[in-house]
Amino acid sequence: MSKIKAENVNVYYGSKQALFDVSIDIAEKEVTALIGPSGCGKSTFLRCLNRMNDVIEICRVEGSIKMDNLELNSRKLDVVRLREKVGMVFQKPNPFPKTIYENVAYGPTIHGIAQSKEEMDQIVETSLKKAALWNEVKDRLDEIGTGLSGGQQQRLCIARAISVSPEVILMDEPCSALDPIATAQIEELIDDLKKEVTIVIVTHSMSQAARVSQKTGFFHLGKLIEFGPTDKIFKNPDNQQTQDYITGRFG
Amino acid sequence: MNNYKKNLLKKRYNAERRFQWYGKIAIGLALTFLAVFMFQIFSKGYSAFQKTWIVTEVHYDKELLLIDAESPSKDDLENADYYDVAYKAMTSLDPGLPEEEDRQLIQMVSYKYETEVKDLLLKNPDFLGKIVPIKLTASDDVDQVHKGNYPRDIPEKNRRVNDYQLQIYDMLNERGDILSEFNISFFTSPDSREAELAGIASSFMGTVFSILVCLAFSFPIAVLAAIYLEEFAPKNKFTDFIEVNINNLAAVPSIVFGLLGLGILLAVFNLPRSTPLVGGITLSLMTLPTIIIAARASLKAVPPSIREAALAMGASNMQTTMHHTVPLSMPGTLSGTIIGLAQALGETAPLILIGMVAFVNTIPGTPVDPAASLPVQIYIWSESAERGFVEKVSACIMVLLAFLILMNLAAQIVRHKFEKKWS
Amino acid sequence: MNLILVTFIILLAFTSYYFGRKKALVIQSSQRLTALPKFYGYYLAAWCAAPALIIFVLWSVFEPSIVKTFILQDYTDQNLTKNELQLIYTKVKALAVGTYTGNITNFLDESANKYIQLKGIANSAKVAIILAILIFSLSFAYRSVQKNNRMREPVEIFLKWVLFVASLGAVLVTIGIIFSLLFEAIRFFQAVKIFDFIFGTHWYPAKTFVRDGQPDPELMKDAFGAVPLFAGTFFIAFIAMCVAIPIGLLSGIYLSEYAGRGVRKYAKPIIEILAGIPTVVYGFFAALTVGPFVKEIGNAMGLEVSSESALAAGAVMGVMIIPFISSLSDDVITAVPQNLRDGSYAMGATKSETVKKVIFPAALPGIVGSILLAVSRAVGETMIVVMASGLAANLTMNPLESTSTITAQIVVILIGDQQFGDPKTQSAFALGISLFIVTLFLNVIALSVVKRYREKYE
Repeated sequence: MSKIKAENVNVYYGSKQALFDVSIDIAEKEVTALIGPSGCGKSTFLRCLNRMNDVIEICRVEGSIKMDNLELNSRKLDVVRLREKVGMVFQKPNPFPKTIYENVAYGPTIHGIAQSKEEMDQIVETSLKKAALWNEVKDRLDEIGTGLSGGQQQRLCIARAISVSPEVILMDEPCSALDPIATAQIEELIDDLKKEVTIVIVTHSMSQAARVSQKTGFFHLGKLIEFGPTDKIFKNPDNQQTQDYITGRFG
Repeated sequence: MNNYKKNLLKKRYNAERRFQWYGKIAIGLALTFLAVFMFQIFSKGYSAFQKTWIVTEVHYDKELLLIDAESPSKDDLENADYYDVAYKAMTSLDPGLPEEEDRQLIQMVSYKYETEVKDLLLKNPDFLGKIVPIKLTASDDVDQVHKGNYPRDIPEKNRRVNDYQLQIYDMLNERGDILSEFNISFFTSPDSREAELAGIASSFMGTVFSILVCLAFSFPIAVLAAIYLEEFAPKNKFTDFIEVNINNLAAVPSIVFGLLGLGILLAVFNLPRSTPLVGGITLSLMTLPTIIIAARASLKAVPPSIREAALAMGASNMQTTMHHTVPLSMPGTLSGTIIGLAQALGETAPLILIGMVAFVNTIPGTPVDPAASLPVQIYIWSESAERGFVEKVSACIMVLLAFLILMNLAAQIVRHKFEKKWS
Repeated sequence: MNLILVTFIILLAFTSYYFGRKKALVIQSSQRLTALPKFYGYYLAAWCAAPALIIFVLWSVFEPSIVKTFILQDYTDQNLTKNELQLIYTKVKALAVGTYTGNITNFLDESANKYIQLKGIANSAKVAIILAILIFSLSFAYRSVQKNNRMREPVEIFLKWVLFVASLGAVLVTIGIIFSLLFEAIRFFQAVKIFDFIFGTHWYPAKTFVRDGQPDPELMKDAFGAVPLFAGTFFIAFIAMCVAIPIGLLSGIYLSEYAGRGVRKYAKPIIEILAGIPTVVYGFFAALTVGPFVKEIGNAMGLEVSSESALAAGAVMGVMIIPFISSLSDDVITAVPQNLRDGSYAMGATKSETVKKVIFPAALPGIVGSILLAVSRAVGETMIVVMASGLAANLTMNPLESTSTITAQIVVILIGDQQFGDPKTQSAFALGISLFIVTLFLNVIALSVVKRYREKYE
């Protein structure tokens, strides 16, 4: 079943066009990986899905992106409510300079999800458990989040993202700043999470895409070259460029 | 979506709007202060650029001038007695006035009117024996009446201009014998106790000399110090100490530098009091850290690749610095220097402490002559009670602000025109 | 005389530069040079000018005090106080240069002759010594040039020393400040107990003025209590911060987070104009417009308001400080990394929630640092309080009354002619050193807080 349907998306930074006519169908409760050489527009596309491009003043998005028949690329859309449903994890772990508890409680607080202290404790605990961080931090919830190791920080950011029970989580190269062990933990986590949420992950590592995703899209120079089941993209792509990229001839 | 969340969302958006409004109001307030301020200064000050004259007739009567010679020489004219002639010129405005009331008429012109009568004859010796029209500087009070700064409908005893004088003023005004002209003397005269005669020439020259002295002392030392700290200083405790020192010095209140000038420059080195020399040195001590910080920042902005290129060509450290780094950093340094000088230009407190508040009614010709400076002049005049000085203060502020704007523009131009942008 | 000597040294230095370069060209014909010819010139010029100028400066600094000691030696047996000796010396000097107008006693005449004689000896000695040094150092340098020694290195080492000495300038200024303040302040504290100064609650130095003779020690005890001044200073600074912090902080936040590029481009420099206006202009504005305005409003509400109220001075000072806080906090907030903002936005936070809950806490140390700098600025501000607040030191917490500050008192005490050695004059230096310590304390804390903050995000 399709969760997000993008049609003919064009993105401009000032006068420079960054995405050309991208159309893609993202299926529900699956992991969709976006791969491609750096600067190919995969992160730009990802940021269209929760309107993070609004933050960049000169950025302009054209085309239609629908999530459950809700038009995302519309002036009238309330981005605050959209972002409650579509969470995001960034390339560099960016916990707030607050306690671990406050980091996770941030979303539920602003969106008024928890009605009482007990409920909030419960949400924080479940989120941290789902992010596989609970056992490491349960005794020091009031320590500052920035004091954790890189991998822990990133899992804290994932816990923060899932604390508001989003329908979609966007991940922008979530493991690029982490060591292999932490990466493996995150990948395991992604596998667990996809039972409940739709995940779109941008990655520069093809092996990661192959390991975690069901569908893969290949971007090059702002265009979506090929999109299909991960197995097919990696074993038998239709497009020559995809083939060249997969086999490491460029990128 | 349930009702609770809907309400919450509404509240959140309201909070958002409110917060934006706080910001807008804050900026609006700051801009309003500036606007009110500028309006006050301009509305009070612009009239000081107009000078009021009273036109009357003077009879250069040889007898009254006590000139005996048939064809008097320049010296005779110089030494003649102008008292009666000048007196008559004023009293002739109302011949019917009893003699003991004459003072009321005399008070309508500046106390220097006798000199003005004399100067006219010295300039035109052929006026001797003739009756000629003459322009006399109106007194401060008549000047203010003419500019509409004095309310006329209050009781006479609360007014500085009495009913009789107002009557004469109205008569003259109707005849067109009250003139308003551009006030050149405001720029060419030194300070005076009389508002109608006071000008900014002495304090302007004082400011110019102080700034030049300040530049001469602070610029070389600051640039050399910045070069040392940025390019040659070893990383050690002592260098750190110098750095901390400079940063703290930049935040020391200016009045403390005034105490330094008083306690060391005047008391120990016995430099001449009240002079732009001492004022300039005091200001230079204050400007020193500002220029050092600016110069270091622009030295730092020169990319290391330039240094590496020169070093790779076999230039010594000193050559690299002097031939490449320093010239490239000059625009930034210069613009920082101008801004530092502009700050020094507006300083008042330290100059007051070293005695530059003395009343100076001569125009200083060198940095070791006593002088005031523009900001100090503002202070001196604003302490005076006469209404005439209020407009002088505002006008002086306008000149000072113009000076500052020019310097800041110069800094901008230096920076934008000559600075190389490193990508 | 001095001018001729300095000009001579400088001219000689220029000549030796050309001479050195020429010599290098001569050497070039027979052997390889060790550096560019101009370094030969620099070398000779530096050796010519530097030693002579150093001796010249030292001589000029020490000569007057040595002459003074010699002159006053003749008066040691008369049991005179320091001030009287100083007066005599001034008279002698005036007599010697012919500007003395008082009674000429034999004693003075003798001293004046001695002064002229000493000055003459000193002058000839100075010229002789400097000429000797010039000949010595030049011949030494010339021999070095002749031998074709290494030329570039010594010149560069010399330049480096010049640079180093220049960088000591800032340290020298600090030492100068501390000495000038400390010297007079210590003498003040010999007359007035430091305890009475710090904890006394009456400031009324005019009371101690006595023509001739020593003032009554009981009076001294009660005239120099600085508590009202400290209180007034911090009270006015507090009023200023009440105006400046909300307006400055909110406009800083608006400019950095909300304003479009157009608004930012114009609003920021326009607000910063407020910081460029000289303080004396603010003082005039406060005294002439704001003071009467506050008084009128207060009277209309039936309140007793002084026309030199602390409120007027403080409010105007606050306006002056707005741009400090707004641009410093703008910088500090801009330094908060973008990814923290992204993290918050991605959670569905609104802009104001992001500012209040993420950016502000993250930027707090930097903001506190800037506010401390602003407080230090308010405490040291002089002209506004001199012109707009009162000159009598009332101990009050009523913003509608007039009160005085440390800086205003320093100006009041020192305006016009000062009598050094009078406790009233010295008290200004005692106030000065307290002001210096307070602001230094604030600055050191603020600068280290801001520095640590910057390091965190760099």
